[in-house]
Amino acid sequence: MAILVVAEHDNDTLKASTLCTIAAAKVLGGDINVLVAGENCGAAAEAAAKCEGVTKALHADGSHLAHQLAEDLAALIVSMAGDYSHILAPASTFGKNVMPRAAALLDVQQVSDITSIEDADTFIRPIYAGNAMAKVKSKDAIKVITVRQTAYDAVAEEGGSGTVEQIGAGEDVAGSEFVGQELSKSDRPELTSARVIISGGRGMQSGDNFPMLEEIADKLGAAVGASRAAVDAGFVPNDYQVGQTGKVVAPELYIAVGISGAIQHLAGMKDSKVIVAINKDEEAPIFQIADYGLVADLFKAVPELNEELGKIEVRK
Amino acid sequence: MKLLVAVKRVVDYNVKVRVKSDGTGVETANVKMSMNPFDEIGIEEAVRLKEAGTATEVIAISLGVQQCQETIRTALAMGADRGIHVLTDDVLEPLAVAKLMKAIVDKESPDMVILGKQAIDDDANQTGQMLAALLGWPQGTFASKLTANGDSLEVVREVDGGLETIKISLPAVITTDLRLNEPRYASLPNIMKAKKKPIDQMAPADLGVDVTPRLETVSVVEPEKREGGVKVETVAELIDKLQNEAKVI
Repeated sequence: MAILVVAEHDNDTLKASTLCTIAAAKVLGGDINVLVAGENCGAAAEAAAKCEGVTKALHADGSHLAHQLAEDLAALIVSMAGDYSHILAPASTFGKNVMPRAAALLDVQQVSDITSIEDADTFIRPIYAGNAMAKVKSKDAIKVITVRQTAYDAVAEEGGSGTVEQIGAGEDVAGSEFVGQELSKSDRPELTSARVIISGGRGMQSGDNFPMLEEIADKLGAAVGASRAAVDAGFVPNDYQVGQTGKVVAPELYIAVGISGAIQHLAGMKDSKVIVAINKDEEAPIFQIADYGLVADLFKAVPELNEELGKIEVRK
Repeated sequence: MKLLVAVKRVVDYNVKVRVKSDGTGVETANVKMSMNPFDEIGIEEAVRLKEAGTATEVIAISLGVQQCQETIRTALAMGADRGIHVLTDDVLEPLAVAKLMKAIVDKESPDMVILGKQAIDDDANQTGQMLAALLGWPQGTFASKLTANGDSLEVVREVDGGLETIKISLPAVITTDLRLNEPRYASLPNIMKAKKKPIDQMAPADLGVDVTPRLETVSVVEPEKREGGVKVETVAELIDKLQNEAKVI
């Protein structure tokens, strides 16, 4: 049995989501090959070959792969699929975009966002925003899977002894071209890999109040997130969104500020190790899952928290 | 431009679902059902394109049980022109839905198909991408802005790191993300008018598609419950707990 992991990377380095997906592949067992498709992405391919558990990195380089558009990448994956029993990618916007396209071309019903592997055919995945867990068995010959990053600890980036093999870059599929991107610039860690996250909800009242959270984030080395309500209200961009329709996170510490705890938000953060809730409504559902709840006006509590954190030595 | 928009009937987003005691699924009997929120955004976008003069016809399609007609009626009340209902009591997986929709596209020849990025019941996030693959069309997933320019479409996409803009040629498949628009409420006169709009009904067999599931649902269980913890009285107490009890800061 050989497993193909489709790497998410920026042509230089692998994203943490790729390391977690390799970890899931290790649970399946067997040879693990990592497809690194991009433009001038040799460094990322080298990095993939060094990861724990990887036997081979497959390096596909071409200008049409620079931005890993779904049309091109799916065609490349399909051309290689015959050699594999399982094809895995992270359940990030990258994997969600490309994998179903590849699955349909292979006439395979993809299994999305798995959190556990029971055996080679059987997987557990959340449905209904994580309010139910479905165990599903795939009858397809090739399993096409996306992996929930927070369900697997990243493999070590060193210690592997894989090789790098150059492969063809595949067809340049017409019809889609990259125009540009506007990536959120931040010195803070990414939401999906941050050790600490502080998120704001509708209770923040305005995007102008988010700097209060940013100050605390900088003291704790944290990422800043938001609920769907805060995104809907236009306080912050969508890439802040934690929840069923945004990012799924599981940091060591999650601080929810002015977030009531709608089902769809809990779906994105309830696997966090320690949850703190600050909300003035003591009936807010967030308190039912918070390890530490503080019933308080956030406009008093948050500045106080910031001031107090400034006085002590904190771990980053 | 002719637009086809998929609308799925799902358990309303406000309902706290309950897992059936026999572990075969979640309780859907006597539960409020609604149009999948991302599909409402899809219908809204299509209707706006029609109002702007870019689109000439908006067709709403739903696949599933008889009551899907209600979901189609909602779409018609929002401004879609006519409906297509693929009637079946079978469970339809995303691949089967994509195949059925491909068969409809082959008949109707729309210039664009719009779907929600995910349905809030199975959370699969697959159907649009699969349909694009089967049609050999480009895809613009997780769209937060659409700009039509003749025979191409500029799509701003919500990606994990921020926003990405791509240009795709028509015909194409679009999946909607949250910020694409804010769907309207149907007015009473439009709800009344919608009752007169036509809905075509057909079966999967009429479309020559085998919808046999590829996945067997072995069981559906409740997730592990997370117990609530304690309330703290002050910020100082909170910091003390985080430092000395949880040891996370």
